[in-house]
Amino acid sequence: MVELVSVLKTMAVSQVQSYPDWLAQLFGFIGVSLPDDFLLFQWAVILFTAIAIVGQAAVVFMVLMERKVLAWLTQRIGPNRVGPFGLLQTLADGVKLLFKEDIMTRDQDKLLFTLGPALFFLPCFVVYALIPFTSELLAIALPTGALLFFALSSISVIGIVISGWASNNKYSLLGGMRSAAQAISYEIPLVLAVLAVVLYAGTMNIRDIIEMQNNGAFGFPFGFISWFSIWLFPLSFIIFFISSIAEVNRIPFDLPEAESELVSGYNTEYTGMKFATFFLAEYAALFAMGALTVCFFFGGYYSPLGGLLSETLKIDVILQSLIGIDGFAGLVRQLEMISWMMLKTYIFIFVAMWIRGSLPRLKPDELMGFSWKFLIPLSLINIFMIAIQKYWHVTSDLTFGLAWAAVLVLGVGGFCVMMSRHFTAKLEERFKPALT
Amino acid sequence: MTATDVTTPQIQIPGVSVEQDTDTEDLVVNIGPQHPSTHGVLRLITTLNGEVVKEMEAVIGYLHRSKEKMAEGVSYFQYQPTIDRVEYLSSFYDHYAYVTAVEKIAGLKVPKRVEYIRMITMELNRITSHLLWFGTFLLDLGATSPFFYAFRDREEIFKIFEDITGARMMYNYYRFGGLNNDITPGWLDKVRYFCDWFPDRLDEYEAIVNKNPIVMDRTIGLGLIDRELCMKYGVTGPNIRAAGVPMDLRKTNPYCCYDEIEFDVPVGERGDVYDRYIVRMKEMRESLRIIRQAIDKIPGGDAAEVEKLRQAVAAKEEAAKAKAKETGEKPEPVPPINPDFEFKGQKINLMTYKPPAGEAYTTVESPRGLLGCYMISDGTPKAARVKWRGASFSNLAALPELMIGQLYPDLMAIFGSLDVIMPEVDR
Repeated sequence: MVELVSVLKTMAVSQVQSYPDWLAQLFGFIGVSLPDDFLLFQWAVILFTAIAIVGQAAVVFMVLMERKVLAWLTQRIGPNRVGPFGLLQTLADGVKLLFKEDIMTRDQDKLLFTLGPALFFLPCFVVYALIPFTSELLAIALPTGALLFFALSSISVIGIVISGWASNNKYSLLGGMRSAAQAISYEIPLVLAVLAVVLYAGTMNIRDIIEMQNNGAFGFPFGFISWFSIWLFPLSFIIFFISSIAEVNRIPFDLPEAESELVSGYNTEYTGMKFATFFLAEYAALFAMGALTVCFFFGGYYSPLGGLLSETLKIDVILQSLIGIDGFAGLVRQLEMISWMMLKTYIFIFVAMWIRGSLPRLKPDELMGFSWKFLIPLSLINIFMIAIQKYWHVTSDLTFGLAWAAVLVLGVGGFCVMMSRHFTAKLEERFKPALT
Repeated sequence: MTATDVTTPQIQIPGVSVEQDTDTEDLVVNIGPQHPSTHGVLRLITTLNGEVVKEMEAVIGYLHRSKEKMAEGVSYFQYQPTIDRVEYLSSFYDHYAYVTAVEKIAGLKVPKRVEYIRMITMELNRITSHLLWFGTFLLDLGATSPFFYAFRDREEIFKIFEDITGARMMYNYYRFGGLNNDITPGWLDKVRYFCDWFPDRLDEYEAIVNKNPIVMDRTIGLGLIDRELCMKYGVTGPNIRAAGVPMDLRKTNPYCCYDEIEFDVPVGERGDVYDRYIVRMKEMRESLRIIRQAIDKIPGGDAAEVEKLRQAVAAKEEAAKAKAKETGEKPEPVPPINPDFEFKGQKINLMTYKPPAGEAYTTVESPRGLLGCYMISDGTPKAARVKWRGASFSNLAALPELMIGQLYPDLMAIFGSLDVIMPEVDR
């Protein structure tokens, strides 16, 4: 028993963050010394609370950003009445939704109807514990972080299906069912694309994947050259990005709530705070997916210019010489990390909004077909290629590498030619006159 | 409007055969009357097997306002403002059909300038109507942005209309034998400017939409309408032209001054949703072509020049009168302005205007298809009967048959492509 406890404790120590040195320094600066036992779960809980608050703020900002970006794309102004530049619009909407009547009809399953939004909301926020916003602002550095992330994010689909069923509304039911079908179809290419990354990095720890992309592990020490988006061909990234948009149910994959068909899909019957919960959770999921894209393919919290600016420019040294305060090296570094992380994440969120403003919606059968007939075979090919590349990297065999490069060029070229022929034939067949 | 005569619905999903052995229950979805994409208050009782439509019944009449009966209770002129509300997206056409019916009964001759102004306004109105269709159709497909673009451009045309009619949507501009007022000075230049400005916009929209793989996937080969179906239900307008039938009243039965104008009738090849989209986009360009020619050919030209001529004639008349006063003779007759653009009829009280007894049926090629107005006059100030033939009604009638065996999401694409407007269906 004692042995088991000690094993568990070692596991916990290895997986849970302890407070960093710079924090102790900071507290030492104001004359408080942190207790030694303040390092296991307490620190993780504090971190997660901090991340959840950051996440909430990000989500509230994203709702406004989405409205502003869409307004910009459609030559409108967007919300600008509440607060400066409409910054408080989302808060005002939230307050409005909070005070709205919570309507439940007689024939609804009250328990499931209430449970649905919560089931949708919780996983969307729990996954924030796994995203490294900086090297230390990370609640749980789990060795199986990537796996747990997708395990959690697929739970949220159950929330949609439950609320679709419990709403006692045919549109909601159809929306819920579509959501289940969509989740089954798109989780596979999503996970397969990540599998390629994991295969190459040799770890499922998200922070280690980020570190691998930036310490020049592949012989290229300079910043974005060693990012996985470039190093593992853009293919993994493209599959991942398309699937992640489908995973968070956004146009062109917003079938569960297709407005013109299903009124509002699974959330048709929801009002007030329950609706707001759905709304927030959707944006939270989008943010998490954007952050994960950055972590897996774009070097996470590192600067694209190689390393970090604070390391190169020595901002803490400048600070020290200017105001004579020592011990802020860590803090400055953390602030820079989180800035890069947020900047990159918001770029991908902006792209998702841009796509929403430009594309129509797919049909369910096309959606399934696109995943099963195109994305999944493509991601299998991708894994195969990356496995060979990994072998080359491990063995460092130049002849093998050159041969592989030749095969790759031929294969990709042949694939492109094949696909273009296929699509041209398809187009010609489509435009063939049907009338005689 | 049921499609129950099709007893064995063929469920067709490309490459998939649906086994119907298992004991499943069909889902009856009552789409509307309040639904985001029924474009008004249409109710579609749809039986779904999975997402495949097995049966569909369209229930209409939620917007019935007895527009035809109203014509029998008020005078000919008093009925005119209500026509705007029948088909509010292209009400110039309804006015044209109504006004020409009265003119036909009364035998009124309309000056050519009036016909040209009517033609320009009608073609501009066709563009607004097609633009709105473009926006809502893509909204039905799930694209939100084109809706805003379409509304922005419609606003430009509304400004042009507002100059001469004083209204943005409810124009009430045409009168029996003429117009409420002449165009304003400089109006033709505004229209010409619009004609130069708008094609770039159209290019932009076509660049976004025409080759978009999602749009092509969702529309090509879907909702096929052929010649027989059109004859069966009386489908007209861009819908029949997309089916390859060049039926356009402007060509086949020229009214107004369309016989003096060169234009093409765009037709489709397959008769699917994509063709209906393409035909409407091309029609907008043809409308611009018509408007450009009409601006060049309009008798009298700009309103300012006509006004100058009018003043010159008035000055001559004054001079002749003054001369006659001096000499004590009869004033010399002054030659009138060209009758092509000056209508000098008898001043009458419009409120009580009554054409002689008779009947007339006039048709006009509205943006939605053949629009007809059948009128019986018994010589009293109130019409004995006014019957409208709305294109939307016939186009909608084909929907249930088109939908059998299609997927539920295709309903929005097919229904959107028919360009139905509910007030015209229910009247």
